Amino acid sequence: MTRFFVPGDAAAVSVGADEVAAALTGQPGVEVVRTGSRGMLWLEPLVEVDTADGRVGFANVSPGQVGALLADATSVCSREPTASAGPAPEADHPAYLGPLDEHPWMTRQARLTTARLGVVDPADPDDYARHGGWVGLRRALGMAPEAVVEEVVASGLRGRGGAGFPAGVKWRTVAGGPGPLKFVTINADEGDSGTFADRMLMEGDPFALIEGMAITAWAVGASEGYVFIRSEYQHAIATMRRAVETARTGGWLGPDILGSGLAFDVEVRVGAGAYICGEETSMLSTIEGRRGEVRAKPPIPALSGLFGRPTVVNNVLTVAAVPSILADGPEAYAAHGVDRSRGTQVFQLAGNVARGGLVEVDFGITLRDLVEGFGGGTRSGRPVRAVQVGGPLGAYVPADRLDVPLAYEAMADAGFMLGHGGVVVFDDTVDMGRMARFAMEFCAKESCGKCTPCRIGSQRGVETIDRLVAGGTESDRRANLALLQDLCTTMERGSLCAMGGLTPMPVRSALTYFPEDFGLSADGEPR
Amino acid sequence: MVEMTRVDAVREIAAGYALHRGPLLPVLHAVQDRFGAIERGDLVAVADVLNLSIADVHGVMTFFHDFRAAPPPTHVVAICRGEACQSVGAERLMADVRADLQEASDVEVHEVFCLGNCALGPSGTVDGRLFGHLTASRVGASLPGRSS
Repeated sequence: MTRFFVPGDAAAVSVGADEVAAALTGQPGVEVVRTGSRGMLWLEPLVEVDTADGRVGFANVSPGQVGALLADATSVCSREPTASAGPAPEADHPAYLGPLDEHPWMTRQARLTTARLGVVDPADPDDYARHGGWVGLRRALGMAPEAVVEEVVASGLRGRGGAGFPAGVKWRTVAGGPGPLKFVTINADEGDSGTFADRMLMEGDPFALIEGMAITAWAVGASEGYVFIRSEYQHAIATMRRAVETARTGGWLGPDILGSGLAFDVEVRVGAGAYICGEETSMLSTIEGRRGEVRAKPPIPALSGLFGRPTVVNNVLTVAAVPSILADGPEAYAAHGVDRSRGTQVFQLAGNVARGGLVEVDFGITLRDLVEGFGGGTRSGRPVRAVQVGGPLGAYVPADRLDVPLAYEAMADAGFMLGHGGVVVFDDTVDMGRMARFAMEFCAKESCGKCTPCRIGSQRGVETIDRLVAGGTESDRRANLALLQDLCTTMERGSLCAMGGLTPMPVRSALTYFPEDFGLSADGEPR
Repeated sequence: MVEMTRVDAVREIAAGYALHRGPLLPVLHAVQDRFGAIERGDLVAVADVLNLSIADVHGVMTFFHDFRAAPPPTHVVAICRGEACQSVGAERLMADVRADLQEASDVEVHEVFCLGNCALGPSGTVDGRLFGHLTASRVGASLPGRSS
C-alpha cells in the first residue's frame, strides 16, 4: 500500500481536496490519509505521497490528474521539483514539489506550534504521540502546578489573540483566585478577516490544543474547559468534537488524566455569527447563555470570569504553544524572537497575495519579507499599495513602510498593531476611502451595542466618511474631516472594548497614508 | 397535533441540555438545526424548560445573526465581505451574484464577514459548502437547476 496524504483542511476542501480524495480512494494499492494542511495554501489541493525516499508533494492536484499522480508517485524520486510559485496551469500531470520539508518556503520557517500541521492524522492520538505529542503534558503532571506556571512565565509566551498579555502572569492570577471551581476557556472565535491559524490548528492538530488545555488546567487548578468556536468553522467544530471524545476515551481528558489525579474535561461550544464574541467578556457571556455583550473590566476574567469564577481566557495559538514549551523547556522557546516578543508568531498571509498561507517564524521578521519574500507580492501582479495587519481593527500599512519589524513593541511604536498575526495584502486598485468606510460599517454591524461611542459612533463614522469623500466646499470638507477625527478620538477613548476603541485605527491610518483617496492633499488638508 | 409534536420535540431538546452550564446557545442551535428556524412557540417552550423569561430567550436569539425566526428558502448563498476577500474582488462578486439571482425566489444571498479562507478568496458558501476562488458562474453552477 502507498499512502497518499490529502488535506481535509477547510481551505483545501474549498478548492477541491475532497474530490481528489474521493478519486484516490479505492484505487488499487492506495491508502488515503486525511491530514490538515501544511499551510502552503496557494498550492492546494496539495497531495503528499509516501515514497521510499520519504514524503513528496504534488501541487494543485485536480481529480482528473489522479491517474497521472498514481503513475508519477512511483517514479518521482529521479525528478527535479517543477513547481515553485503560483497555481499550476491545468495539465495532465500535477506539479511535483519534492519533499516539502526541504521546500524553501518551509525551511525558512520556525514551526514550533504548527510543527505537526499537515503532517499528522488529526483523528489519531497515537500519530500525535509519534510526532512528539503528550510529552509536555506528562512532564507537567510530574511538576508542581506553580512550577508549570513559572515555566510559562519564563518562556515569555504572550497572548496570541491580539492583546499580547503575558500568558504565565494571567495563569498566576487564576491560580491564586478564590474558590475551588475554575475554568479554562479557549477563544476560537477567530473572526478577523485575514486570519485562519486557529482554524487550521484545530483542524490539523486538535490534540495539541487539548494537551495545552490539560496543562493549563493542571497549572491553574481548573476542572472544566470550554473551546468556543465560531459557527462559520464547521470543519474545525467537527474535528475538535471528535478529538475531545477520542482524548476522553484515551485518558488524556477525564476524571484521572494519565493516572495523575487531575480531573479535567472539555466541551466545545459553538458561536452564532457575532464577531464581537471574540472579545473575551462577550465570549464568556455567550457561553453563559446570555447576549454577547461586553462587560466592563474590572473585574478581570482571571478573577471573576465564566459564571463569576476565576477563568483563563486564552487564544488557540497561545495554549497550543504550551505543550512544546513544557516539552522542550522555556529557554528553547524564549530563544526565538526579539525584545519582549519572545517565541514565534504564526502569521497568516492573505488577500491579494501570490503565495498565501500560514507562516510561523520568529518575531522580528519585517513585513516586507513576509509579503514579498514569503508572499511573492500580489496575486494580481500589480504593485502592493497597502497591507492591513492585525485584522479589521488593525492599521493599513503603506507600501513604503513595509520594513517595520513584526513584533509587539516595534509595531506599536510605528503606530500599528500586530493583533492575531493576520496580514492582508492590497494592490494599487484599492480605494482606501472605501476601506475606511468599511471599517466603520463593519463596526456598526457587529457592535454589541452596549456602549454609545461604538454603537452610534460607527454609524456616524460611515456617514461622515461618505460626506467627506463626496466633497463639497472647502469649509464643508474641513468640518467633516474635523468631525471624523473627533469621532475617532471619542471612540478610542470612550469605548468599552477594542471593537469601538480600535476601529479608528484602520480609519486613521487610511487618512494618514492615503489622504488622496479622501480628496485630501498630501498633508491631510482639504484641497 | 403537529404543533404539539414540535413543542414536545423542542421541550425534549431543551431538557437534554438542562444539566449543562449555560445551556441556552446549544439549545437554540439544536432547535434550529432540527427545524430550520426558532419560531415563537419554540422560544416559549425553551424558556419554560430552562426556567428563563421569554424576554431573556428572545434577547439572546435576536442578538446573534445565525438564529432565524423563519426557515430559510431552499438555497442559501453567503459571500464573504471581509477585507481579505474584498482585496480580490468580493464586492464585485457580491454584486454579480445578487444580479444573477435577483429573480430567484428560492435562493437567499447574504453577506458574511470571514469564513477563514482568506488566502484563497473570494470565498463563499453555497448551501453550507465552502468555496475558494469563487466566481458568480461557480455559484450558479453549484445551485441545482441553474447553470449561468
